[in-house]
Amino acid sequence: MDLKELYQGFRDPLIMKALTKKININAKQLPHPLKVMEVCGGHTHTIMKYGLMQLLPENIEFIHGPGCPVCIMPKERIDQAIELAMLPDTILVTLGDMIRVPGSKGTLAQCRARGGDIRPIYDPMDTLVIAKENPTKSVIYFAIGFETTTPMTAVLMQVADQQKLSNFYVHCNHVLVPPAINAVMSDGRAKINAFIGPSHVSVITGAKIYQCVADKYNLPVVVAGFEPVDVMQSILMLVDLTIAAAQHDSPPGMSIQYSRAVSMEGNLIAQTKINEVFEIRDVFRWRGLGDIANSALKIRDKYAHFDAEIVFKAHFFTWFSKTKSV
Amino acid sequence: MQQIQLSHGGGGQEMNRLIKDLFFHHFTNKILLKMEDAAILPTNGKIAFTTDSFTVSPLFFAGGDIGKLAIAGTVNDLAMMGAKPEYLSCSFMIEEGFSYADLKTIVQSMQKELAVSGAKIVCGDTKVVPRGTLDGVFINTTGVGSFYHSQTLSASAIQAGDAILLSRDIGCHGSCILMARDALKLSSNLISDCATLWPVVEMLLDKNITLHALRDATRGGISAVLNEWCVASEVQLDINEENIPVSDEVNGLCELYGFESYDLANEGTMVLAVPQSEVAATLAVLRLFSVSASHIGNACHNEEGNHKVILHSPWGSRRYLDLPQGELLPRIC
Repeated sequence: MDLKELYQGFRDPLIMKALTKKININAKQLPHPLKVMEVCGGHTHTIMKYGLMQLLPENIEFIHGPGCPVCIMPKERIDQAIELAMLPDTILVTLGDMIRVPGSKGTLAQCRARGGDIRPIYDPMDTLVIAKENPTKSVIYFAIGFETTTPMTAVLMQVADQQKLSNFYVHCNHVLVPPAINAVMSDGRAKINAFIGPSHVSVITGAKIYQCVADKYNLPVVVAGFEPVDVMQSILMLVDLTIAAAQHDSPPGMSIQYSRAVSMEGNLIAQTKINEVFEIRDVFRWRGLGDIANSALKIRDKYAHFDAEIVFKAHFFTWFSKTKSV
Repeated sequence: MQQIQLSHGGGGQEMNRLIKDLFFHHFTNKILLKMEDAAILPTNGKIAFTTDSFTVSPLFFAGGDIGKLAIAGTVNDLAMMGAKPEYLSCSFMIEEGFSYADLKTIVQSMQKELAVSGAKIVCGDTKVVPRGTLDGVFINTTGVGSFYHSQTLSASAIQAGDAILLSRDIGCHGSCILMARDALKLSSNLISDCATLWPVVEMLLDKNITLHALRDATRGGISAVLNEWCVASEVQLDINEENIPVSDEVNGLCELYGFESYDLANEGTMVLAVPQSEVAATLAVLRLFSVSASHIGNACHNEEGNHKVILHSPWGSRRYLDLPQGELLPRIC
């Protein structure tokens, strides 16, 4: 099967026009304007790239946020990455676009220009190859991502452990989606009254992680795919859920639009891997949102010998000293 | 000789042998063989003059190598002004230890590519630098072209109402190079579009087709060309996304890594601005060279002075096509 067969139908102009028409008709019955937050930067990208906002009526608007795992990375963590990369005989490995985001001392790309050995990769398993090819150097994987990419880091660490690699480390920056949603909603002042849930996260965690968001804040949540038809269909579902809740005076609830990949329970094997390697971190700072309790993961004691935050603790100038009391 | 040594750039016997056996042998012409300090060029009227340095990694890629690129790149810059490529200079900067066989392959592909336009290398230079101070070989070529027609092509000559055409499908060279790099570990049947564009430009000129602007969409892709034209000609460009030809392979790479095909480099693909009355004749010529040539949009006047590229989706929404920013890196989300 060609790759394009996987997405062509989800970018079909006729379907897009039909969804646009249906949303515009149904939205006339909305009891109040819909203010939708798409939690994930991937959805924001789809909305912008395909010009979806221009297709919607005036009573539907997006409140973008909180962002993607790259753009929510606080400058303190990037500063640590730069400090690690500038250590002698060290290679810092990270996922592609992380190298563009600035810390207080510039970006990892600028650090590379100053001599830091920083290697963008696509597949985290490449870190093991780099570690084996460079036995005299410390190879540090600057791990980032929501629940989507966490299992890859967990497997990477378990394989490194089996292979008894002694020059491989992980600087863990994996963050969690539900605490960020709660942080946005918790003070009661947010105007958001509908959520589009990140679906790649849900492939791993299952859609169940959003049920309590829907229940707690009494608003509709739709777990959406990332193609333009996915997002448009999800908006239609949010409209219909909102109208039905108002008509029947019932909770709007949660639905899965991205049913071709997402189940309620998610990928149980991946969840086990995450749990074996990581535990909840007390607090993590999000760029733009500040410190959020229990919103990230840290490496369990069993794998402490891989934990760059512990192994290289003495080399961090900035963040560790300020936050170790939490 | 198996490897290039520092002595091959030292000005003595070894260098002379390299120049005669390799460079003169393949680039031979009367002006070059005179071996003067400078080439004397017969000219008549105005000339076009351009220079470019080539540092591509890897040096060999599907559909070409740095040698083909070094000729096609400079020749295309001349052709984009409507100038017939005539004379080129050629400077090699070679890393000590570089394979002679590879250098020969590169020179042979330069010779082959020169034949496409008929341009000649009339002067050159060879430097060899210590191992580790340069990545294999870099090549600089400078070119001179002449005009045998009265058309003046310019990035600032695009008028409201002009049609914007593409000579073929986009992004092949950029995709090939990205796939050839270690980090992405991808393979496909895709080959670079690296090619000399003079034959197609020559045919357009010979058929007396009125051209307002041509530009080969190299680094920065068609995004860069279209944005540069908006600013230079003070027009808005309306581009229909569904008319931009992109191969399945290039689209596949973009899907996997989150790239925009519009930002990917090309090395034998040009954007054209022509009056609407010339669209059919221009496309007829372009399609002799590539069936994927397409009319992708039009220039128009913007009353608010908003000189931007606007992409129109097949379902009626619009967005700006901006200049690409930063390195091409895979997005993770």
